[in-house]
Amino acid sequence: MSRQGNRGTEGKKMLWYLPFISPSASMHLMNSELFTLTYGALVTQLCKDYENDEEVNKQLDKMGYNMGVRLIEDFLARSSVGRCHDFRETADVIAKVAFKMYLGITPSVTNWSPAGDEFSLILESNPLVDFVELPDNHNGLIYSNLLCGVLRGALEMVQMAVDVKFAQDTLRGDNVTEIRMKFIKRIEENIPVGDE
Amino acid sequence: MADEALFQFLHNELIQYVYKSAEQGEMENGRCITRLENMGFRVGQGLIERFTKDTARFKDELDVMKFICKDFWTSVFKKQIDNLRTNHQGIYVLQDNKFRLLAQMSGGKQYLEHAPKYLAFSCGLVRGGLSNLGVKSIVTAEVSTMPACKFQIMIQKM
Repeated sequence: MSRQGNRGTEGKKMLWYLPFISPSASMHLMNSELFTLTYGALVTQLCKDYENDEEVNKQLDKMGYNMGVRLIEDFLARSSVGRCHDFRETADVIAKVAFKMYLGITPSVTNWSPAGDEFSLILESNPLVDFVELPDNHNGLIYSNLLCGVLRGALEMVQMAVDVKFAQDTLRGDNVTEIRMKFIKRIEENIPVGDE
Repeated sequence: MADEALFQFLHNELIQYVYKSAEQGEMENGRCITRLENMGFRVGQGLIERFTKDTARFKDELDVMKFICKDFWTSVFKKQIDNLRTNHQGIYVLQDNKFRLLAQMSGGKQYLEHAPKYLAFSCGLVRGGLSNLGVKSIVTAEVSTMPACKFQIMIQKM
């Protein structure tokens, strides 16, 4: 089952086949709470295991990366998104299809750099932090750092090296959550010697 | 829905993490299972609170079990428990013939010994859920053939 979405972006029409949203939306909510709560338990455990927040951030990024390299296949299997022609298209797919599919939110894509290789994803609400408050002694903790790893890992599997980090975080007092993504380079596929 | 995939990937990463940090600290398998189960417990407590906010009071223990088998299992694992057996003296056996978290692994004997790792979190989930419904219990799980598994719940009289 699929629902066809027509979006016009600067005169160019793109067709995305969004996965069918079931009428039992509360079920959707239920499952996202499972993920949110499990993520919370994970971060709590990490904070207990590691003394400083930097280590926790690194671990979250690593775990996110591992998830991302697998998630990209799941994503490509579920959506019929074809190859993206440029970074702008990638940004739109991430914001409008991927985030919507997995977290149920649609961040906005803004703040493009003049060279077109850097942009921000602005999340009005972040489902990961639904029931979360950061205690005072964890000021350096980037709670949702898993997302950075996921994006990095997923894009690496489609031959894009990117740098992802949080520019703003509602848990640390900012108004919105902002993820800054920077395109570093295209990863060349390594063709084994002897293959043409 | 796609969230299921997200949770499954996170769950797998969780298991990897707990076992990797165990390797470095030289913990045995049992400690890791306990850790995963405790995490599941906390999550289960929170989840059941959200879920039963508007539900009517449960008549008795069996009612609670049926809720776990039908509504709770459906919302967490997308299907109902296939078989519920009890001896009416506080022991319940929940059988799931195609457990979601094991479904991605190959059937047969190859990964049977690793299966308990993937059940620990869910055991905790059930135990936590029951605990916040006022039922103290011990939950264990066993796999004889993938991906079917049995959860055994022993009610503890408080």
